[in-house]
Amino acid sequence: MEATLTAPTTTTNSWNGGVSPFKVSWGKLMMWYFLLGDSFSFASFLVTYGALRFSYDSWPVPNEVFKSFPFVEHANWPLMFVSLMTFILIMSSVTMVLAVHYGNAEKDKKKVAMWLFFTIIGGICFLSCQAWEWTHLIGEGMVMTSNPFGATAFGWLFFCITGFHGFHVLTGVVINCIVLSNVTSGVYDRKGSYEMVEKCGLYWHFVDLVWVFVFMAFYLL
Amino acid sequence: MSEKDIHHGHHEHPKGATITDHVHYQDTEGVIRFEEDHGHHDADRNKKNFIHTYIFSTDHKMIGKQFLITGIFWALIGGGLSNIFRMQLGFPDVPLHFIGAIFGDKWAPNGVMTPDFYNMLITMHGTILVFFVLTAGLSGTFANLLIPLQIGARDMASPVLNMLSYWFFFLAGLVMFISFFVPSGAAGVSWVFYPPLSAIRESSVGSETGADLWLVSMSFFIVSSLLGGLNYITTILNLRAKGMSMAKLPLTIWALLITAILGLLSFPVLLGAAILLMFDRSMGTSFYLDKIYMSGIGAMPHEGGNPILYQHLFWFLGHPEVYIVILPAFGIVSEVLAVNSRKPIFGYRAMVLSMLAIAALAFFVWAHHMFVTGLNPFVGSVFVFLTLLIAIPSAIKVFNWITTMWRANIRYTPAMMFSVGFVSLFISGGLTGIFLGNSAIDIQLHDTYFIVAHFHIVMGVAAFFGMFAGVYHWFPKMFGRFMNRTMGFIHFWITFVGSYCIFWPMHYQGMAGVPRRYYSHGAFESFNKFGGLSEFITIAAIVVFLAQLLFVFNYLYSMYRGKKMTDLNPWKANTIEWTTPINPGHGNWDGPIPTVHRGPYDYGKDGEDFIPQTVPMRPGETTHHG
Repeated sequence: MEATLTAPTTTTNSWNGGVSPFKVSWGKLMMWYFLLGDSFSFASFLVTYGALRFSYDSWPVPNEVFKSFPFVEHANWPLMFVSLMTFILIMSSVTMVLAVHYGNAEKDKKKVAMWLFFTIIGGICFLSCQAWEWTHLIGEGMVMTSNPFGATAFGWLFFCITGFHGFHVLTGVVINCIVLSNVTSGVYDRKGSYEMVEKCGLYWHFVDLVWVFVFMAFYLL
Repeated sequence: MSEKDIHHGHHEHPKGATITDHVHYQDTEGVIRFEEDHGHHDADRNKKNFIHTYIFSTDHKMIGKQFLITGIFWALIGGGLSNIFRMQLGFPDVPLHFIGAIFGDKWAPNGVMTPDFYNMLITMHGTILVFFVLTAGLSGTFANLLIPLQIGARDMASPVLNMLSYWFFFLAGLVMFISFFVPSGAAGVSWVFYPPLSAIRESSVGSETGADLWLVSMSFFIVSSLLGGLNYITTILNLRAKGMSMAKLPLTIWALLITAILGLLSFPVLLGAAILLMFDRSMGTSFYLDKIYMSGIGAMPHEGGNPILYQHLFWFLGHPEVYIVILPAFGIVSEVLAVNSRKPIFGYRAMVLSMLAIAALAFFVWAHHMFVTGLNPFVGSVFVFLTLLIAIPSAIKVFNWITTMWRANIRYTPAMMFSVGFVSLFISGGLTGIFLGNSAIDIQLHDTYFIVAHFHIVMGVAAFFGMFAGVYHWFPKMFGRFMNRTMGFIHFWITFVGSYCIFWPMHYQGMAGVPRRYYSHGAFESFNKFGGLSEFITIAAIVVFLAQLLFVFNYLYSMYRGKKMTDLNPWKANTIEWTTPINPGHGNWDGPIPTVHRGPYDYGKDGEDFIPQTVPMRPGETTHHG
């Protein structure tokens, strides 16, 4: 046993086999590659957005479309609500970082569970905001086949792409819930590794990063 | 060494990364099972649940066989469909009563197929063969079978995802199979699925439910190929045996690695395109549709999209896809040629670099499929340049294969014959690719039989030849028995000569302007002179198809009755899959995983016929390939 366990350390080059060249487990590597692939599916949507957006002479002005705020009648607060949504999502990434930190560095089950719980809350808040925003816009007449703010294309691009992103957030929330239940039941303590939390963290940050591009496409350009 | 042992191992010793698990596992298990006892594996297997061994198996070898057998099933269907529509092209309006018996009389009144049925046939032929056979059947089979065996791993990184990959593929096939029997028939809008035909339900019979099912099926298929690809990449990078450096990987593994990366980066784009197409079909969006007037219906409500956008997204997958199809064949052929030439592969490093170059260029040439869409001629010229650059790495590979065989004591086996045939087909098809890569010529040849001939030779038949070479070569590894040699040679010669008979004449038809995808050319006076040629092609196609039945018979016969393997290394190959027992159990090696000391192509070195990768380098010995 000793012989094989010490063997990899005798090889100087990690690409020589027997060890992972990237010094990460296959699970984390697989997550990285998955995210690389998934970025191409988002890219296909955003390229579609770009191609159509720039074939139009006129395009709805984001400040006019996104100016409402929940519980405020006739609000004219451009981009305030989406800023709040973005803030929530980014804060949920911060809580995720803390969950990963307490898992990896301190293996502190309670703190991991707490920060993961806050991450899930952040994700649910974001999805609820998105639900309100969609409902509000649909109420104002922006649907798949018509758009009072200008080009119809804006509407269906918005719903499809933010919907695809929202679906990713929803998936992330579900995965985080499963991992949270594993954390609380001590699965990772018994395993001696909180790497699963870290892998979920990678996914969560990716979803966050993609939002920045989606946000830019619909709310800023 | 059963599945249970492995999973047990993972759960019992979960410390750190899987690498450690493997090491640990190999130690504990190695001590117990370090014996060459072939009998007890079969006994082991019999004790196990049938479903876990053959159906929901997590053993990479069994999953490889599942992919292969499913691939053969689909190849027979896809090939059979081509024979049916070739009958229409060669012998128009000759009644074929079995069509009505299988699919219903409305598709073939009095036995003569309708144009809608013809469209359905060509669409399904393309989809099935490109995706189900040459993608899943080829890289699914050989990636699963060879990656762990040739890099020295117990199994894939995640055996469960691997199993899911097969079952998503199975599901995709099931949905596609069902689509043949819905009232409006299977999709009939060609395998490239261009809108507006594919996006508007009313536009043709083949655009109805069949097209929905096609999109659902393709989505499952993409999930399958992504799950598989992620597994292949991580396994190759992380689970290589000690000493198996990247520069010592067999070319099959390099090819499968690059294939998986191509798939990972291109299939998500098709998934995006397919999702948007579903929205256009069902949700009233207009991603790919602009103002359209349809006779009988009137103006369609769609507005503001762009059908060419779909083509860009499709071909961003579609072009890498042809390399996803051909690269595993490159790898298999390189391996088989070197083993049977008893010579090192010529230019190992050049072979790897040329595959990397082809893979990189694959992402920058997609618009050469779109020269006739009104592409800006300047953009077209950029794509011409990048397309023709691919000729350089392709030519490097071809010359290296030829120089590998040059002055070699070639051992003629069916696998070797198919590899040589592959090189021949790749040259023939590759040369016409240079014609088509030039936009000025492509505008004339686009959508004619010339392009049909080109891509069938270079990626269709050639990839099939790679697959056959692989099956004949690794059949002993899969089943512990050999395939029948005589039947193999008969299969080779009929397929090789027959394929040229099918596709060579098509070049002339294409140069004369005969368009592809037409149900009947009878309405065009100038094409009538090709009637005889079409008949000849049809007869050749049927003969070649019958030869494939011989292959299937050989395969099934040899599984149970073939000559038993007695030698661990029947082809005297260097790669480490031949150091496993004849019928390896789950875990592959009874003892510890062998350590790798040298490259896979040390044939005819220092007066020795072959030196396996497990033999340590002698003092003062230098590596062979540079």
